[in-house]
Amino acid sequence: MPLLWFLRDKLQKTGTRFGCGKGLCGACTVLVDNHAVRSCQLPVLALDGKKVTTIEGLSENGDHPLQKAWQEKNVPQCGYCQGGQILSAVSLLNSHPNPSDEDIDDAMVGNICRCGTYGRIREAIKSVQGGSQ
Amino acid sequence: MNTIASFSRRDFLRLSGMTCSGLILGFSAKGETSSSENFSPDIFLTLEPSGAIQIYAHRSEMGTGIRTVLPMVVADELGADWEDVDIKQATGDKKFGSQNTDGSRSIWKFFDRMRTAGATAGFLLNQAAAARWNVDPGTCQRNASHVIHKESGKRIAFKELVVEAAKLPLPETNELVFKAPTERTYIGKGKKVVDFADMVSGKAVFGADVRLPNMLFAVVERSPVLGAQWKDFDEEAPLSVKGVSQVVTIAPFKAPHAFQALGGIAVLADNTYAAIKGREKLNTQWGTSEHDKYDSDAYRDELMATAEKEGVVVRQKGDYKEAVKGLTTHSASYYAPHLLHQPMEPPVATADFKDGRCIVWAPTQNPQAAQDVVAAALKIPASEVTVHVTLLGGGFGRKSKPDYVAEAALLSQKVGRPVQVVWTREDDIQHDYFHSVAALKLEAGLDKNGYPEAWRMRTVFPSISSTFAKGVVQASAGEMGMGFSDLPFDLPHILCENGPASAHVRIGWLRSVANIQHAFGIHSFVDELAARAGIDPLTYLNRVIGRDRKIDLKAEGAEYSNYGAPIEKYPVDTARLKHVLNTAARSADWGRPLPAGQGQGIAVHRSFVSYIAIAVRVRVLGRKVLIEQVDLAIDCGLAVHPERIRSQMEGSVVFGISLAMMGKATMKNGAVEQSNFHDAPVARITDAKPKINVSLIQSDAPPGGVGEPGVPPFAPALCNAIFAATGKRIRSLPINEYDFAEA
Repeated sequence: MPLLWFLRDKLQKTGTRFGCGKGLCGACTVLVDNHAVRSCQLPVLALDGKKVTTIEGLSENGDHPLQKAWQEKNVPQCGYCQGGQILSAVSLLNSHPNPSDEDIDDAMVGNICRCGTYGRIREAIKSVQGGSQ
Repeated sequence: MNTIASFSRRDFLRLSGMTCSGLILGFSAKGETSSSENFSPDIFLTLEPSGAIQIYAHRSEMGTGIRTVLPMVVADELGADWEDVDIKQATGDKKFGSQNTDGSRSIWKFFDRMRTAGATAGFLLNQAAAARWNVDPGTCQRNASHVIHKESGKRIAFKELVVEAAKLPLPETNELVFKAPTERTYIGKGKKVVDFADMVSGKAVFGADVRLPNMLFAVVERSPVLGAQWKDFDEEAPLSVKGVSQVVTIAPFKAPHAFQALGGIAVLADNTYAAIKGREKLNTQWGTSEHDKYDSDAYRDELMATAEKEGVVVRQKGDYKEAVKGLTTHSASYYAPHLLHQPMEPPVATADFKDGRCIVWAPTQNPQAAQDVVAAALKIPASEVTVHVTLLGGGFGRKSKPDYVAEAALLSQKVGRPVQVVWTREDDIQHDYFHSVAALKLEAGLDKNGYPEAWRMRTVFPSISSTFAKGVVQASAGEMGMGFSDLPFDLPHILCENGPASAHVRIGWLRSVANIQHAFGIHSFVDELAARAGIDPLTYLNRVIGRDRKIDLKAEGAEYSNYGAPIEKYPVDTARLKHVLNTAARSADWGRPLPAGQGQGIAVHRSFVSYIAIAVRVRVLGRKVLIEQVDLAIDCGLAVHPERIRSQMEGSVVFGISLAMMGKATMKNGAVEQSNFHDAPVARITDAKPKINVSLIQSDAPPGGVGEPGVPPFAPALCNAIFAATGKRIRSLPINEYDFAEA
């Protein structure tokens, strides 16, 4: 069973979302050992000994700097994809603390937002890196 | 008087034993107090002695912020401290008026209603306070959940007045006193969307997050071709998948399909994945359908040919046929394919049928329709159906068609347990209510300067009406009024015709509906005419729109429903149309010199009683179209929540990028050829790189629509920019099918 369904249907952790089931949309993004992965493509048995972070577990009170930036910049519209977007951004900032626009493109291209909040996602990520862009 | 006691407490008691997370109860986290102490002078709000102010959000939240914005209007008029407001999502109930959250009308339809709710409670609070102080209620004001008497410096909290206010008779409408615009505290400024914290922490409850004890998950195999029935399937094989417990059928719909469940074979399991894997083993054999031959290539030829012939006249001003004699003419045909909704959350619904009663949780834009469709499917009265509305992971019109809710209800009735029906992305794409494929033919008779004197256009597309009545081939007046028969050009001769087209798939409304194809065709054609005349498109467009006037479409030969809004209050105002056009142009620095391979394009369109212009600058490199800059100007009347209006405009542009650059669904042998985001792509962050500059026109006009009207002008503005950059005219969408290197 893929991690996505294990989280949602076995553990009742529903913050990880189903969008495509084929690793195409990023709604199901989680962190495995701090790297963004698509949980719909990841057999739960492959996770032995690994640390999985879902959006619910990113911070105790929903106050991770990216979660705060997402609210500050009024990013969400429907909100469905945003957990996955935030975790992809967390993974990006782990490896690139000061990402360029191209770094942001590379890290976020797998996360679809049908509402079209991309401009604000970019802004929110940049606000956390602390630059004045 | 008390809304909680009258319609929700029963559900609460029924469900309060549950401990599962993620269940929508629609109840206040702040708890309930005894009904006699509450003050509920209007169905939309209740003030408690605790100080909590409960306001019902009766429209569905799918990203516009409406769950925040309408309660914010109540709170403003009431004079409530926003911190005291506890927003509760209403279940489907006709007492709230329309809950059908589409047509971009939540604000214009309910702005005054929300203010009335706030003003009614405020009137009575003023009276209660004035009685205590022995002053004239008219000298009392309200702010931050207090009634204030300025003269004496007295103030008292609403919560101290709740018991007294509840005993007073309700005021007549003409007694109500509304705030002057300058006194408003939230309207025009906005409040943070109340769901943000939940949305960024995974706590937000969408349709698929509902968990009930003993619940089964179901996926349904539906016919790949509309109207075919199964001949055979393997009832046993799915049971070999661990977790699968049952295979049951849902009876096929009876035409017209409307919002009925399509019918099919459901695989039920204790988890979604098992249900999906089980379904793969059904090996279903499908029978034939009258739509087996539906082929998008052939149908395109059919539509284009129909557009060459005379159609039903839907607007006639002057005499086109006479006028065009002796004039130089220019004509062109346009084509736009079927489009998909693709909300990030595919359709999903949960139902619990028990003892003749059904409780449903669904991400629906239209809970009352869901209530009716469930009642009809289960053959029980609508009063026995409760529809709880979760957050919607995108809607775009798909989720105002509650076929998926009917499926959940039917399955729960059949298996005697709560059932959640999950649509996979493949289900979503292949069984959508598709946006109409369309062909347009335009022809203009031109004066010696190249401006049109006579204008004829034909539109041909399968109508949404075909979803509700079998055999419909002509478009509805509503569809004709979406950017077609309401052509706002100042021309002596206008002829608009609609040709017949049969539907072979379920047709439904998608964000901005028929405006999509009409704006694409009309605003591309205007640009063609400007190019032919050698006149700057902005100059040309201003001239064609013509004099400042409020267009009397009836006098100009069109039946026009104006999106259901009163035409006196929401006229078709060409001054406002030109104002957004020229504002967007200024923002874009229109006409500035550009390097080779770059170009600017512009379009302006009124829809959903709002006015929007978009200017696009592109750079074209071979097959690649790079959108460099987008400048949008919107006049939606009073801007109730400026930040959410801007976010909707940004989203509309990205939605426009998806549909213009890559949007399409095609059918072969009656079945949809696409299946997931790899072959039915939508815009990603790399497709939506430019900054979108939004100019929000300050206006005292009544508030108009916001969710949809930003979409229609984008595609033609982009195509016009590509023409300016390359000389290549896009007459068929999507754009990614063109190779500009070959131009």
